[in-house]
Amino acid sequence: MNPKLSNKIANGALYGIAGFIVLILAALLGYIIITGLPMLNWHFLTTPARAFTAGGGIGIQLFNSFYLLLLTLLISFPIALGAGIYLNEYAPNNWVTNVVRTAIEILSSLPSVVVGLFGFLIFVVQFDFGFSILSGAFALTFFNLPLLTRSIEESLAAISNTQREGGLALGLSKWETVTRIILPAALPSILTGVILSAGRIFGEAAALIFTAGQSAPALDFTDWNPFNISSPLNPMRPAETLAVHIWKINSEGIMPDAKAVSSGASAVLVISVLVFNILARFIGKRLYQKLTSAK
Amino acid sequence: MATILTSRDVHVYYGNHEALKGISLDFEEKGITALIGPSGSSKSTYLRTLNRMNDMIPGVTVTGNIAFQGNDIYAPQTDLVALRKQIGMVFQQPNPFPFSVYDNVAFGLRIAGQKNREALDAVVENALRQAAVWDEVKDHLHDSALALSGGQQQRVCIARVLAVSPKIILLDEPTSALDPISSSQIESTLLQLRKDYTIITVTHNLQQASRIADRTAFFMNGEVVEVDDTKKIFMNPAKKETEDYISGRFG
Ligand SMILES: Nc1ncnc2c1ncn2[C@@H]1O[C@H](COP(=O)(O)OP(=O)(O)O)[C@@H](O)[C@H]1O
Ligand SMILES: [Mg+2]
Repeated sequence: MNPKLSNKIANGALYGIAGFIVLILAALLGYIIITGLPMLNWHFLTTPARAFTAGGGIGIQLFNSFYLLLLTLLISFPIALGAGIYLNEYAPNNWVTNVVRTAIEILSSLPSVVVGLFGFLIFVVQFDFGFSILSGAFALTFFNLPLLTRSIEESLAAISNTQREGGLALGLSKWETVTRIILPAALPSILTGVILSAGRIFGEAAALIFTAGQSAPALDFTDWNPFNISSPLNPMRPAETLAVHIWKINSEGIMPDAKAVSSGASAVLVISVLVFNILARFIGKRLYQKLTSAK
Repeated sequence: MATILTSRDVHVYYGNHEALKGISLDFEEKGITALIGPSGSSKSTYLRTLNRMNDMIPGVTVTGNIAFQGNDIYAPQTDLVALRKQIGMVFQQPNPFPFSVYDNVAFGLRIAGQKNREALDAVVENALRQAAVWDEVKDHLHDSALALSGGQQQRVCIARVLAVSPKIILLDEPTSALDPISSSQIESTLLQLRKDYTIITVTHNLQQASRIADRTAFFMNGEVVEVDDTKKIFMNPAKKETEDYISGRFG
């Protein structure tokens, strides 16, 4: 076969595969969004769910998802940042570092159900946090930490060594060079990584079923004292999230409009995750442009 | 003229590999010294021992004595931060930080705690003028330095060093990544600076050395073969290796 022809065939096949994947994705997203769209109104997004009668919303689950996301990021971002900085800027190239890297790699490939069960045993039972936002946030931290650490480490590694030399040559200490030059330079890419990980956290269900729990007790949105049990901010209350809610309705939902609620909730979930992804690209790019004036 | 920097029998080892084999060179205050020699002759290695930039490479050993204004810079009590403010460095690849031109030049002073806006403004303008790039960037001070041309970036990097008032400026092939026009602008910048600063520059470009340097040191295989007035090196070298090198017979 002549090279020109084989090149053409290979090209065609690759285009075909790529097109097929895009088609599946588009069909899936289209189906979820179109079937869910009729449900999307203010009432649905803000009212609590109903267990036995039609007309329930997803207000509490939606709030829970965002609150859990916030707490998870508050816990995991500083740790991942520290770990990423250590691994890329300070860690000597020896077997200890290699063990740490391998451990992170393995942790990042753990199935989320396993992370959830681990979280159940440790946080819910051992530490006696019960089914709570806090248990869920810790479990999600385990789930999120390896990938976020990797992504931060890669963001830092992408900054040229000439920048580090420039800092040291100006008389900055290593720590000053990292915090005043390398981190700002890597910020757009770090932020993109954080937002992408937010999308993963937001859609996660399996790790939360046994940690944050499957119930969404009524909340009093006028009470912002985190120590009150009905306060939305209370981290010790059980908190079913949107993703867990969808799983639960589909496995044991008995409300008459279960199918519609599930479709609506799925659409909200998918749209949220899409927004995170678009936001990540947009903010990362804008920030980078601002920093570099690159057009 | 007073001697500002002395080096005595300096050896540098990367692991077991001896890259510098006993260099003794002195530098007078002010003027330009060019370090020439084939690739791999350890010009960069030597330059980087002068502000201790080699310290950060794992497995490096430096022996011998280097003294700046009479003080051993490898003494344990040396303040590296203070040393590198006195002995600034410009690299082959222009490396402005991804901030505005102004922030780049003000960077060193801000780290040192200077917050007064007027004082910073004055230093930034003065440094950019000295680096002969003020006219080109004065309307873009708050735009990113990365948007400038390579030659402008390099002069901003020179200004960034000048802003912390160094005594010595080390340059490692500062023009080899630049086009000829930008290179000659850097050369004229250096020629203006030679009145006020001690400049030590590595260069691959022999014409450049002959155009700008007062003194030239010829490196080969980790040793200094010959060091003398630039005119003498180019017109009437004492050693055969030097003559071979400058007449283009190798390197
Ligand atoms: N970081 C390093 N690790 C190990 N060897 C190095 C390192 N830097 C330079 N060398 C070696 O030291 C010698 C001199 O290199 P260098 O100082 O860069 O020469 P030049 O600047 O004259 O081209 C070369 O043999 C080079 O391979
Ligand atoms: Mg070199």
